[in-house]
Parts: sequence; C-alpha cells; structure tokens
Amino acid sequence: MTDTQTTGHPAAAGAPPALTALLQQTFPGVVTAHHAQYGDETAVIGRERMLDVFRFLRDDPRCRFNLMVDVTAVDYLPRVPRFEVVYHLKSLPLGHRLRVKVPVAAAEAGVDSIVSLWVAADWYERECFDMYGIAFQGHPNLKRLLLYEGFEGHPLRKDYPKGLAQPLVEMRPVRERYDYHDEYQPVRQPAEN
Amino acid sequence: MSNVKHTQPLDFGAEPMLIEVGPSHPATHGITRFTCRLDGEVILEMIPHIGYLHRGFEKEAEYATYHQIIPYTDRLNYVSPLINNVGYALAAEKLFGVQAPPRAQFARVIMSEVSRITDHLTCNAATAMEVGAMTVFLWFVKAREYLWEMVEEVTGARLTTAWTRVGGNANDFPDGFLPALEERLVKVEAVLKEGETLIMRNKIFLDRLKDIGILSRERAIAHGFTGPMLRATGEPYDVRRADPYLVYDQLDFEIPVGTVGDCFDRFTVRMEEMRQSMVILRQACDKLPPGDFHCRDRRVWMPDKYEVFNSIEGLIDHFKIVMEGPKPPPGEAYQAVEGGNGELGFYLVSDGSGKPVKCRVRPPCLNFVAAMPEMTVGHYVADIVPIFGSINMIGGELER
Repeated sequence: MTDTQTTGHPAAAGAPPALTALLQQTFPGVVTAHHAQYGDETAVIGRERMLDVFRFLRDDPRCRFNLMVDVTAVDYLPRVPRFEVVYHLKSLPLGHRLRVKVPVAAAEAGVDSIVSLWVAADWYERECFDMYGIAFQGHPNLKRLLLYEGFEGHPLRKDYPKGLAQPLVEMRPVRERYDYHDEYQPVRQPAEN
Repeated sequence: MSNVKHTQPLDFGAEPMLIEVGPSHPATHGITRFTCRLDGEVILEMIPHIGYLHRGFEKEAEYATYHQIIPYTDRLNYVSPLINNVGYALAAEKLFGVQAPPRAQFARVIMSEVSRITDHLTCNAATAMEVGAMTVFLWFVKAREYLWEMVEEVTGARLTTAWTRVGGNANDFPDGFLPALEERLVKVEAVLKEGETLIMRNKIFLDRLKDIGILSRERAIAHGFTGPMLRATGEPYDVRRADPYLVYDQLDFEIPVGTVGDCFDRFTVRMEEMRQSMVILRQACDKLPPGDFHCRDRRVWMPDKYEVFNSIEGLIDHFKIVMEGPKPPPGEAYQAVEGGNGELGFYLVSDGSGKPVKCRVRPPCLNFVAAMPEMTVGHYVADIVPIFGSINMIGGELER
C-alpha cells in the first residue's frame, strides 16, 4: 500500500484530478461530482450521455481504459436517487484506474448497457440486474445470473429482508425442463472490443 | 483428436443434439452446468449456467461488522483463502486509514505466496488428472499438503484460515516457521520438477492441451480477463506489479507470460508462477523485519486484556469494538490484489456506521466462465474438460 492511498481522506475539495478534468473539459456538465478519496479517482456522471463518456474513456489516447474491471450497484435507500451503478476501469497500457458512478433514480428505467463497448460487462450487468433489479437498457440477454428464474424480488436491495424465505419451485415435467428451444439464440458475434 | 477448431458443420447430416454437461459432473470442479448443442462431437453452441453455490456473501456482509466479514472471505476462493483474507483486510484498512506494521505486511506476502502455490498446484493437478495423468495429480496434491501443513501451523486451519485482521494479523509466525518453510519449498520444487518430467513431453498430454481453447490477447482483455489466463495470452498484467500493494514493490520477481493463449500456455504460466512465488517467498523470508504483527490503533485493534481490566478507556474501547464494531469514516474504497485467478477486488462503501453499506467482491473467474462459449464452440465436447480445467473455476468466488 503506498502513501497516497492511505493518507488521502474524505472528499478532497479543490482541483479535480487529471482524468476528471479531462472529462469535464470534453463533456461540459456531465460530471456532476468527483473525488479522489484514498487515491481512488472517482467521477459521478449523468445517465444521458454515459455511452459517449464510456466510449471516450475507452478510445481516447489519453484514457485507453481497455479493461472493464467491475460493474456493480449500491442501494442508498432512503436517499434519492436511490441506486448508483459503479464501474471500475483499468487501463493496461497507461496503468491508471478510474471509478465511474451513475446515479439511478428508478431501477426500472435503469442505465444504458455498456456490453457493446466491453463484452466483459455482460455477466456483471446481469448480476446487477439479478441482485438490484436495475434494468440495463440495450443489454442483449438481461436475465438472472446467480438466482433462478422464478425468484421473487432482488435480494441485495436494502428493503429485501435478509431472512426472507422464497417459495419452493414446483417440480416441472422433464419434457418442459429440457425444452430449451425457445431459449436458444444464435451465438452472439463478438462485440467490437 | 485434432486441434483444429471446426467452423463448418460436419458432412454427415446429423441433427444437432442437446446435452447437459453438469451440474454435478466430475470435470466441473464444483457445480456448474453447460447446456451444449452438438453436431456429432463438435460443439455448436454452449450456454453456461451458474449460481448453484450462491450463498449471499454480499448480503451477509451488510449485516456484519468489519471484523465479522473476515471468516466469510475464506470461503470465497477455498484453494487460496489467505489471499482473500489479505485482500479484504487491505480494503478495510484503506477505508479506516490504518496500516499494518512492516512485519505484518511481509507476513501477509509470505502467506499470500504460499497460497498462490497451493492454488496453482490444485489447478494444474486437476488439469493433468482430467486428461489422464493421475500420477501428477497425486504428486501435486501431496506437495500441496506440505504447504497446507505450514498454513495450518500459522493459522490453525487448512482452509478456513480467517488469519488477517483490520490492522494486522491474528498471530505471528510460530517458532522455527521460516526454516521449516524453506525445507518444504525444496520438497515442493522437487515435486514440480518430477511432475514436469512426466508430462511436459508427453504426446497425449500435449495434444489435449495445445491449441485448445485459444483466446487472443484482444479478446481476453475485452472479456475482462486477469491473472494467469490473461498472462497466457502475452499481456504482462499483474496487480502485484501494476498497482503494488503490501511490500511487493520491494521484491524482485518476474511475470511469466505465454504466447498463444491456449490451455497449454495457461498450464505453463501457472507452473512458472509457482517458481516465481518461491523466489518471492525466499526474499520475503530474508527481509522479514522484527516487530509487531498488528497495529496499535485503538479504532480497530482491541486493547490488551490488562488494559481492559485495569483502565476505563481500555474497557470502553473493548466494548465499542465488540458491540458496535470499528467505525470507519464515510466513504468508499476499492482495493485489488492478485488472487490465484487474477484481480481480486474488494469494494467497500461505508456510511460511518459499524457495518458496511456495500461489500463487493470482484470475482476474477466470473469473466472466464462467461467466456466459455467463445473458447469452446468449434471444439470437441471432450475439450470442455481441459478448457474448463484451465480456467480454475472456484464456485465460492464465482457465485459468492
């Protein structure tokens, strides 16, 4: 652990770090908040132009974030907007990291899917949908990942009780269980990156 | 068996057949199901289904204090539990703004590298066994046992270690640990060499692994690969080097990379990484400084029993830590460590209370399983076994 990671303490007001400044300059008004707490550079962006911002972060020679490390969400009930989708990015050629957060007011409206930019986001977004019910608009196959079809609710939401028992799934006939033909889609072509 | 990937349907007009591989198949290392559509023996389509081992780690963590989460982290990757302990402790320390003293940091490096060797030994042993080399499996598991005995001496458990704490480690190394570790390392090295002699020039073994499950460097990065799987494609990304944590920046080691990105490269990268881990281990053992194995920060570390019984401050601190848990300032922290499978990240969000708002684990092998269709389509159904073996899927970490 280096010094910069441990000494930085809550929300440094002041000049934004390099990447955030670059985003502010390229997309005026999109970055609504930023901080570099504990050395993790963070930008909060609005939902409207998020795909443009992510494309810029991936393709611009000053950013080159080619590794989508993680996509997750946080439920801040009762705060409004309630959810935040959190993206962790890493640039292998340039070595820097960035955390991007997108606030989500209503889970059903959700955010735009970034699977078209990083195919790695596919399962992460599905897991997020599974656990928080956040709809990722434009995701090619937004289904539950860890839980089963028929599970009621989204367990990582703060209003989902920890000990809630789910009804047992009824036994299905074998034929129905193995009738996957509707489920089959042609194998998706690899996304552009 | 040829190593050519089939892109066209075979000649004989067989109807595509649907089979399920798993959920409880000996080659699935845990419980995973693949729905495959086959043309003869060639895989046309594959859909992985996961979630059989989902235990709600993240939900449980939201109801636990920062110290109570540590035992849960053992169960994430159960072939290298100490790396999970270390990763979580580092993330929590980042959030609290405390730092473990140097001896604790070196001790963590030592235990992490021991765990990395056990992790890679397990993976390579299983891969070898699944393509027929049963002897190699038995030898490697024997070598793993040597190291797990060392882990047991330090932590008291082989798998459920729960060894780190926020601000330090549970205990120091026992007497005579370092010479005993060196002794074991020599034995493990001999086993590695023996194992390699058996299989690295064995035609059956090579045919089953070479040019199987290739994923190019670009596709691997796009899929979010990290760890040995990414390094096998030639990308030298290692969290220990790219974003050094603990004292890895003071240690000299090399990052082995592959060229093609097939199962064989993954196997050899793991073999080489075990040797590099031993290089790190020997340096860290030499440099291990004297001193404390935990910090003295009263916000996270319990006061000594003498103080608890003899001073009011000690009693209050003890009570607060036990009843409410240590409280970090509000904020968020992400800490990545190089796990056995790749970048293992912990993302913690705090609202200032004794329990986290969010405790997220970034599982390295989720990306690998997600990329299974791309790696297997066009290969024979028998190739699922070495490909799936090479990704070292760990259910606990994949599904949390």
